[in-house]
Amino acid sequence: MKDLVIIGGGPAGMSAAVAAYESGIRDILILERDNALGGILQQCIHNGFGLHKFGEELTGPEYAWRYEKKVRELGIPFELNTMVLDISEDKVITATSAEKGVFQIQARAVILAMGCRERAKGALNIAGARPAGIYSAGTAQKLVNMKGYMPGKKVVILGSGDIGLIMARRMTLEGAKVEAVCELMPYSGGLARNIEQCLNDFDIPLKLSHTVVKIHGKKRVEGVTIAKVDENRRPIPETMEFIECDTLLLSVGLIPENELSKCAGVDLDRITSGAVVDQDRQTSCEGVFACGNVLHVHDLVDFVSEEAEIAGKSAAAYINGVKGEKISVSLRTDGKIRYTVPQTITECKDISVYFRVADVYRNVKINVYSGDELIFSKKRPKVAPGEMESIKLACDKFKDASELMFKLEEV
Amino acid sequence: MNTKRELTCIVCPIGCSLVAELCDGKVVSVTGNTCPRGKVYAETECVAPMRTITTTVKCKNGEMLPVKTATPIPKEKMAEAMEIINKANPDLPISVGDVIIESVFGSKIVAAKNLD
Ligand SMILES: Cc1cc2nc3c(=O)[nH]c(=O)nc-3n(C[C@H](O)[C@H](O)[C@H](O)COP(=O)(O)OP(=O)(O)OC[C@H]3O[C@@H](n4cnc5c(N)ncnc54)[C@H](O)[C@@H]3O)c2cc1C
Ligand code: SF4
Repeated sequence: MKDLVIIGGGPAGMSAAVAAYESGIRDILILERDNALGGILQQCIHNGFGLHKFGEELTGPEYAWRYEKKVRELGIPFELNTMVLDISEDKVITATSAEKGVFQIQARAVILAMGCRERAKGALNIAGARPAGIYSAGTAQKLVNMKGYMPGKKVVILGSGDIGLIMARRMTLEGAKVEAVCELMPYSGGLARNIEQCLNDFDIPLKLSHTVVKIHGKKRVEGVTIAKVDENRRPIPETMEFIECDTLLLSVGLIPENELSKCAGVDLDRITSGAVVDQDRQTSCEGVFACGNVLHVHDLVDFVSEEAEIAGKSAAAYINGVKGEKISVSLRTDGKIRYTVPQTITECKDISVYFRVADVYRNVKINVYSGDELIFSKKRPKVAPGEMESIKLACDKFKDASELMFKLEEV
Repeated sequence: MNTKRELTCIVCPIGCSLVAELCDGKVVSVTGNTCPRGKVYAETECVAPMRTITTTVKCKNGEMLPVKTATPIPKEKMAEAMEIINKANPDLPISVGDVIIESVFGSKIVAAKNLD
């Protein structure tokens, strides 16, 4: 029996462990399938991490180290090379490692912090064979940054999310020529700063409303045909253009890694593909919490740490049997706002609500209604799907409500 | 004569759209910045743009070590800097912050990870 088992030793798992420890829990175990702590940050060698949390710009491995150091200093136990296979509804965890074989642990509380994986689709509807030279952007990142292996010399990137942009710069610095970044949507899903410093700095063209329609080559990629798309995202034949290249990177998004959550019987949100949680990041299964990219995909690790601290503290409170004033509020959205995390509020306390929008909107207000009453309003000059938003709500605003409606309205 | 230049601030993830007004190659005003760092960015960006490089070097045992410039270097020197950095071949053990190369275009190259 363990008080708290944390699955995943990325920034979410480590922050949650530290927060739980600082809330008085000592019987903690982190299980990590990789051979080191740090999660995806280990391969994110670029800087841009930690501005919120530490007030300085760190690289991924440096940010991870700040937390690993704390975990080590506090003596929080972790087991590496240990893959969790199953979590039962009564919180029995089945895991396997070369050292121990298959083993089980009964936990009083569990924190899910398994991160996310890259979407595989996007490649599926492109014509042509599947020659060597097609990689997901994340795989290419791992090859270049951790193995020191360059996947190719002439590159086209499909998808303009941050990983694709970061890889455009990375491969250019290592001597490759990035011919173009194609983005299906009329806007980029990546941060403006990354378009500037990863593409514009190197004169790499960003082709918005463009897609790859054909991959050429039998054994190895020899080129791609790209085309502009119309409003319905259908390729326009007259705009087809051949680009010679030996590598195609796909950067078409991330999706929470929730196979295990399904085993535990946790309710999932259709939109986030992560668990449905309350303000404490507790899932529909009592004593099972979730945080980080397994809950919803974050672009900033600082918010991952923040969320994980909430989960860690709340798991500690759960283990210690601390209970607050119960309420029951569900959070709903108008579609322009796609989702919120948390999705429910079950206890009366001040909270932060995180969400994403469906499209790029300018000069809007984020309005929150309880019935007809406007309980919160905030102006934003611009909101975009690539950038997570957050607002703070005081408990006295919603404690008598049963439902809160989140709307994006014109100013 | 005054000219205007549009920029995207790259100092933090907010990425404000800036407009710098230049007179005789000097920045006379900056608008669009949410914080003072944006103004400083526009002023250097228009005159002598600087960038941080993050990359890797291969250690003697074959492992890849992430490194970075401790302070930004001139933007136009990035390719040359990469050539110099790529020649490094450090010995282990290495701790975060260890200096791998003393000076590349005015900046130290430091380790961003522990390797033992
Ligand atoms: C390519 C890329 C670039 C990014 N760039 C930036 C940036 O510039 N600035 C920024 O602030 N943020 C950036 N982010 C976002 C940030 O890095 C992530 O949001 C953050 O790392 C997520 O942390 P996590 O702990 O939730 O997930 P992860 O870091 O993915 O950690 C999850 C861990 O769980 C482990 N795990 C999974 N399943 C199991 C299992 N069954 N058993 C045991 N262990 C398991 C994994 O091995 C992994 O170590 C970037 C993300 C990516 C992918
Ligand atoms: S001006 Fe300030 S807030 Fe805006 S992007 Fe630059 S550093 Fe960030």
